[in-house]
Amino acid sequence: MKPIEINHIQGLLDEYVNKEVYIHLETTNGAYASHFDDKAYNVGAYIRNAKVIYEQAKIVGDGKSYRIGLKTRIGWVYAEGLTDWTIHKEQLLLAGHDREGRLMVALEISENPFHN
Amino acid sequence: MEKHVVVIYPHPDDESFGAAGSMAKFRSEGIPVTYLCGTLGQMGRNMGDPTFANRETLPEIRKSELIKACDALDVDLQMLGYRDKTIEFEDRTEVAERLKGILEDIRPTLVITHYPDYAVHPDHNALGAAAIEAVRLMDPNERPTVWAQAISNDYELDLGSPDVITDVNEFFGKKLEAILSHDSQVAGMFGKFKMLDELDEQERREIVANFGKERFYIWQFDK
Repeated sequence: MKPIEINHIQGLLDEYVNKEVYIHLETTNGAYASHFDDKAYNVGAYIRNAKVIYEQAKIVGDGKSYRIGLKTRIGWVYAEGLTDWTIHKEQLLLAGHDREGRLMVALEISENPFHN
Repeated sequence: MEKHVVVIYPHPDDESFGAAGSMAKFRSEGIPVTYLCGTLGQMGRNMGDPTFANRETLPEIRKSELIKACDALDVDLQMLGYRDKTIEFEDRTEVAERLKGILEDIRPTLVITHYPDYAVHPDHNALGAAAIEAVRLMDPNERPTVWAQAISNDYELDLGSPDVITDVNEFFGKKLEAILSHDSQVAGMFGKFKMLDELDEQERREIVANFGKERFYIWQFDK
């Protein structure tokens, strides 16, 4: 994956506006968080292949990490901490990694379902 | 002496960290070993260091790393095709029945799996429980022995000393080769394995002491 370049990603997000797309949205600090540190909490959530249509998309950030909000007719999709992106098989993959390169958050958009 | 050993863990790399020394030892004695690997670690956080995987390419990468590790250990591999982080949400009985079918085909004398509730990761606990349930459902006269591996911080407090402690120092090279096959997992403890030669003596000795022994509890079905 490559570091996010904000204008480029904004353009890619705009390409999906008003199209039916599949979303993979995920955040995690790992299943071992409280095993290695008893003060830590295990947290994580993911939804894979949620079908949505968004009317508006915006990427915002400070040059280090970025937030993306997708506005749908009746709600929102939101991700924070995104740092890197790539296109994989015509799917837009965005992710945020920690210092050790571990994935902390992912937002992925595709016109076809993600492989399950 | 065992006639056939089946190892049942959910993730590519569980076998290498958890039982690679025992697997290598059994193979050195000419005993067939089969690894039933539950998932492809699709939801892992480690993406290599520096990162070379992403969420969508990770399954294929981890699959080839798994095959490489099993080749290094000279064990048969069967992939069960579940999705990482979802095994606890599958129907327990269905998973157990499926495992029972596979075990009845292979007819192992020993099954190695995770100790339910003492294996930290929900997939470890769930697949361990399903594996033990699978063996429990078998004809008592046909049941293989089950070695359950606990890895939580508190397991010895609750469970006492492990029943089986295998010194695998003789096979540490093989175990290291298997662990290092899982290249995308490079981070944390794994990173230390990669730099084992560069670590100071104290740290190196700790890792070898920790991973040079594999500990298991013999599951008691009549309890």
